[in-house]
Amino acid sequence: MAANDKKSTNNKRAVNYNKWGYIFLIPFFVAFILYNLIPLGMTVYYSFFEKYFDAGTGTWSSVQFVGFSNYIKLFYDGYEFDPRIFKYLLNTIIMWVLGFIPQIVVSLVLAQWFSDNRLKIRGSRFFKTVIYLPNLIMASAFAMLFSALFDKTGPISSLLFDKLHWINAALDFTKSVGLARFLVAFMNFLMWFGNTTILLMAGIMGIDESLYEAAEVDGANSIQRFTRITLPLLKPILIYVVITSLIGGIQMYDVPQILTNGSGDPVTKTTTLIMYLNQILVSKNYGVGGALSVILFLITGGLSLVVYNFMYSKKSKEKS
Amino acid sequence: MNKTSFGLPIKARRIIAYVVLVLISVMCLIWFYLLFVNSSRSNASVSSGVAFLPSNQFGTNIKNVMNDSSVPLLKGLLNSFIVAALNATFSVYFSTMTAYAIHVYDFKGKQAIFTFILMIMMIPTQVTVLGFLKWIDTLRELNKSIVSIFSGMGGFYTVLRSFAKGGNYADYVWLILPGIAAPVTFYYLKQYMESALPLSLVEAARIDGSSEIRTFNEISLPLMRPAIAVQAIFAFVASWNNYFVPSHILIDSPKTVPILLAMLRSADYQNFDMGKIYMSIFIAIFPVIVVYLILSKNIVGGIAVGSVKG
Repeated sequence: MAANDKKSTNNKRAVNYNKWGYIFLIPFFVAFILYNLIPLGMTVYYSFFEKYFDAGTGTWSSVQFVGFSNYIKLFYDGYEFDPRIFKYLLNTIIMWVLGFIPQIVVSLVLAQWFSDNRLKIRGSRFFKTVIYLPNLIMASAFAMLFSALFDKTGPISSLLFDKLHWINAALDFTKSVGLARFLVAFMNFLMWFGNTTILLMAGIMGIDESLYEAAEVDGANSIQRFTRITLPLLKPILIYVVITSLIGGIQMYDVPQILTNGSGDPVTKTTTLIMYLNQILVSKNYGVGGALSVILFLITGGLSLVVYNFMYSKKSKEKS
Repeated sequence: MNKTSFGLPIKARRIIAYVVLVLISVMCLIWFYLLFVNSSRSNASVSSGVAFLPSNQFGTNIKNVMNDSSVPLLKGLLNSFIVAALNATFSVYFSTMTAYAIHVYDFKGKQAIFTFILMIMMIPTQVTVLGFLKWIDTLRELNKSIVSIFSGMGGFYTVLRSFAKGGNYADYVWLILPGIAAPVTFYYLKQYMESALPLSLVEAARIDGSSEIRTFNEISLPLMRPAIAVQAIFAFVASWNNYFVPSHILIDSPKTVPILLAMLRSADYQNFDMGKIYMSIFIAIFPVIVVYLILSKNIVGGIAVGSVKG
């Protein structure tokens, strides 16, 4: 965006200063190469080699080039088709969508209310402070808290089952796929809707107030003002929210890992892709781990580019 | 279309808004209230069922957590703070610098570099952690002095070592310095800079004889303060919350809080002092809540100021 191919490139003074552009970029690129690019290269490299720790003999395997066999191992274990990677991808996507839909809806509504001058919400600072709070809470601590509160011997189960008799068996998220996935999605929603609200609010407040005044003069109601003015002008920030949440969703790890103590219970229905990667890393199977990492890199890159292109191509269509 | 104005009267909308906001606030806070209540109860009391009023075992539970040498939570808090504060500082300072380079200067390949950074914004650190671990192994094998020059540690490394009375903190470098290349932080700051930093200001500073570095540090950084504050908090939180990458890097190092909590999670809740579990969670999140409540005025206010200006 903003291809600022600005005028004064022929100005000698400007050229003189412009070398500072490169100088100021040095820290970023040195850090990027050291901590991102080389690790990415080494991940790809390892994905083509066999290197694993044999727990039985306590020794490392010899390192040898095996081509794509690590990738094949992810889908085919030597005897039959291995569906795990697809199962875990599906788990991850289901839990992300379940959390993201309420997140974006609630955030849009709240952001609109907080920045609506006619509504004049009192105590909006208090509400904003409260809804952003869960985002600051360490995900692992939050998941730990939920694992204790929603444990089958925990307080929520005892309240609903023993005291109120609303349910006819103790709650047990290690047995109920729906409950376990709901808890993960609900925690993700709780942790991120405040953050999203604040980002969207900053965007809404940047919209020229006179647009709303003109719309009101023309008789537009609050819903029309929201769908016709706020939403279209908010698109750049919405893109940012969708992209970052998508990346976050595929990185989903802490909450289901801690909630289920790494088991992905019930029967690996809450195991995410990164939990799978973690299992492989812990067992020190670097070849297969590398292959999974490369696939995850391609998935995240691909999905993000789809969103990115979709949003930007739509935007350019409107402009032309 | 405009004629069919069927919107609710403002009073009704206001009532709906307040009711929803109160419900959402309860939904956000109830968990922390339950945490507080349960962390003040004895194990026997916790296992007897739900309670909505605090009990009197708060001090006992704190003592039990502090006396557990297998999960050194206090030290973990300090470790987490060191990592998060330094990571956030590096992240916002150098991301502002990167945004400044793209915003202020015209140079060959600028647009390509900007697009490139937007594209790598999509890459999660998780997918390269395997290569990162192997790369760290490789660097460890090199002479330490070469390592310190090579990855820009220098005196910084010595400072970290002074913390290292009880363990090897050298590996903390791998959690802190990657913050310098933070594309998401960069992107946000670049967006903000477009509205907050007019180029005429930079040119005026040049005419007054200010060097480029000084103009950056003393003119643009203060102007960017609201956005930097917000991003510093986001960076701090991201680093503070980080569990996956540190759990693989800090194998032989003092642990941060999320790793310690994960160790507690493997306890069987039916045969464990639940008062102690709740208290550990409480201690892990309490400092952040306090700091947040102090700073929240600046966070919310900073965002509002920034957008009004924009």
